[in-house]
Amino acid sequence: MAELKLPELAEGINEAVVSFWHFKEGDNIKEGDEIVEMATDKAAFNVPCKISGVLKKIAAHEGDTVKVGQTLAIIE
Amino acid sequence: MRYIDLGLSDYKEAYKTQCEVRSKVAEGACENTLIITEHKSVITIGRIGSEKNIFKTEGIEVLNVDRGGDVTYHGPGQLVAYPIFKLENEARDIHGFLRFLEEVGISFLSKYGVRAETRPGMRGVWVRDSKIASIGIGVKKWVTYHGMAININTDLKPFSFIKPCGIDGVKVTSLENLLKERLDIEDAKRKIRESFEEVPLLAEAVCKR
Repeated sequence: MAELKLPELAEGINEAVVSFWHFKEGDNIKEGDEIVEMATDKAAFNVPCKISGVLKKIAAHEGDTVKVGQTLAIIE
Repeated sequence: MRYIDLGLSDYKEAYKTQCEVRSKVAEGACENTLIITEHKSVITIGRIGSEKNIFKTEGIEVLNVDRGGDVTYHGPGQLVAYPIFKLENEARDIHGFLRFLEEVGISFLSKYGVRAETRPGMRGVWVRDSKIASIGIGVKKWVTYHGMAININTDLKPFSFIKPCGIDGVKVTSLENLLKERLDIEDAKRKIRESFEEVPLLAEAVCKR
């Protein structure tokens, strides 16, 4: 089991909003798949998954504000 | 850097081109590409945006788009630059890239003798208290898309239909408005291309341009 966390984006950027999930709970994820789109005031970007597995739980939902290091999802 | 001029384009058509080029750049099948266009009139809402920031449309099409930021207007006379650039190594800094775009905008305006600047906490390029260029990007597989829109001869009236960037009291200007003359858009295209080539992507970064 592994936690997918919001990565460090840039200096001074501490949080971003979940725009939408490209996958849903129960989906198979391959390493490198971009699984969620996040947005800040001027950039929308996709977070890739570093491992392969099943998307067990979505921990941050569309519209939620997430801080760097906070868990986005659990991959098993 | 490869260069594509789409002329006056429909937003959705140009978006399709952006996505095609972005895939190719991500795969390494083509080099970093600058797409330049003027859009037919359209209002777009970024990922942080809200329809509440549109007061009226007067028939202008409204689209939700996958860039950061809030509401903006595009139309003829506005130079839109979409840098489809692969960010590598130290250049993998999204807000560093936004700063790069602002620097490109400032460099471009200096070619007209206009002194522009950034504003703390507010993205975009400003001349005194007015915004002349808006910025909003997307990033997929560390390749950038969307970009910067600079008002050259833009009809500024539709900006009054919206709350640009979702910020109260933002004044919008154009080069035509500042210089009191209509400018040659083809010359502006040459100048923006030069600025993209002149401004370093990241001063200290080891990255391919």
